[in-house]
Amino acid sequence: MPEVLKVVLEVAVAVISRLAVVLSGFSLFFFCLDSNSAVLPEDRADALYHYYDGGGVTIQGPSILVRKSIKDKVSVSANYYVDNVSSASIDVVTTASAYTEQRIEKSVGADYLHDKTIMSFNYTASDENDFSARSAHFNVSQDFFGDLTTLTLGYSQGWDEVGKRDEDDFKYDADRRNFRLGVTQVITKNSILALSWETVTDQGQYLNNPYRAIRYLDPSVGSGYSYQDEVYPDTRTSDAIAIRGMYYLPYRAAVKLEAKRFADTWGINANTFSVEYVHPYKDEWIFDGKLRFYQQDRADFYSDLFERIDEQNFRARDKEMSTFSSVTLGFGASYEKELKDWRYLNKYIVNLSLDHIQFDFDDFRDLRVSATPGTEPLYSYNANVIRLFVSVFY
Amino acid sequence: MKPKFIIRSIVGAAIVLLSGCSSIEPWVKPYERQNLADPIMAFSRAPVSDNYLHHVYQAREGARGAEGSAGGGCGCN
Repeated sequence: MPEVLKVVLEVAVAVISRLAVVLSGFSLFFFCLDSNSAVLPEDRADALYHYYDGGGVTIQGPSILVRKSIKDKVSVSANYYVDNVSSASIDVVTTASAYTEQRIEKSVGADYLHDKTIMSFNYTASDENDFSARSAHFNVSQDFFGDLTTLTLGYSQGWDEVGKRDEDDFKYDADRRNFRLGVTQVITKNSILALSWETVTDQGQYLNNPYRAIRYLDPSVGSGYSYQDEVYPDTRTSDAIAIRGMYYLPYRAAVKLEAKRFADTWGINANTFSVEYVHPYKDEWIFDGKLRFYQQDRADFYSDLFERIDEQNFRARDKEMSTFSSVTLGFGASYEKELKDWRYLNKYIVNLSLDHIQFDFDDFRDLRVSATPGTEPLYSYNANVIRLFVSVFY
Repeated sequence: MKPKFIIRSIVGAAIVLLSGCSSIEPWVKPYERQNLADPIMAFSRAPVSDNYLHHVYQAREGARGAEGSAGGGCGCN
């Protein structure tokens, strides 16, 4: 306990004493370019297999990333990612029929080191049979104050096309813009803090999932309710601000804390908290355990059961728009080995991560159970996520 | 009058700012950063793997942003 107290006090004193310096120095960013620590990402190749199983949905597939630098000035990367989806989710079994589909995402990127700045460009194309997305991303980051501070600015633009299976004429565009700002600050020789903010704006005629429907009371049918199409607003703007901290413990291990606050113009407010513990074993092994809590309030126009047809101009019954919470428990293990006698390879890492997520809904009911409308049991489900990947560095 | 005032303000601010540069000393020296450089202190040790988990959350939760990039598409209905 005294050790823990010492750690907390050390961080608190350091944060308070440095905050004044950081704040007073914030306006000096563009005058004090006195560092030259910016480095490009390492040359590496990653092969990831991902598996998700939860709520009647199974998604699995590979992701391959290759990254190579050119003359220590530019690092180029390419990523190929596949989702093989097999879905019999509660939405599908209550209003449609089970389906399978494939999503393929390809992206290329370049990181450019100029003087003391890193500029990153990325272009991503994602395609599935009823949805396509194109997005361009730009980030610039700069180290300051003897490498103790890193400022990152970012902008992304996305162009989505929403379609519908078996309806060739159903095509709607949606545009997306993201603005990002991040500051990472070394607090002490054992702690580091990161603040990040991102605002996202969407504009499009179909910002909702075209397969989802709301239900309303209808005494004329046996079940007591009927379905009607969802209608969402044409625009959405959201803000998320996150603070993350990492602390190096008195023995060789680290703790990571994260808190995030989210709010959007649809009335959704959400909070995320997570804590992660990282523990190495010998030189080769790193183990980590994570606990994450998420909670959100429903969108203003969400209801599990509307009183009548056309009750509101905007209406949603998408469970992701409802009031719910989720808890994640995750474990990971990685094994890293230097390759001393290899001519072209430096080292490799094998990593396995397992996450278990429990979702509990407060106002989304399970319609697989027949009951008086509005009295069905509340829905909940759990999901397992497996990530297995191998990285080689060259 | 106005341009003079603006120029003086800029020059004055520049002097203050530039003099501030020399007074800011890194309080964690480069030779004190071995703990920070340890791989266990990286915010993201596996970017591809972390991006995948962000995508899992983004498809199933209303919140988005401030967590690194995630791909398009959904695959979640």
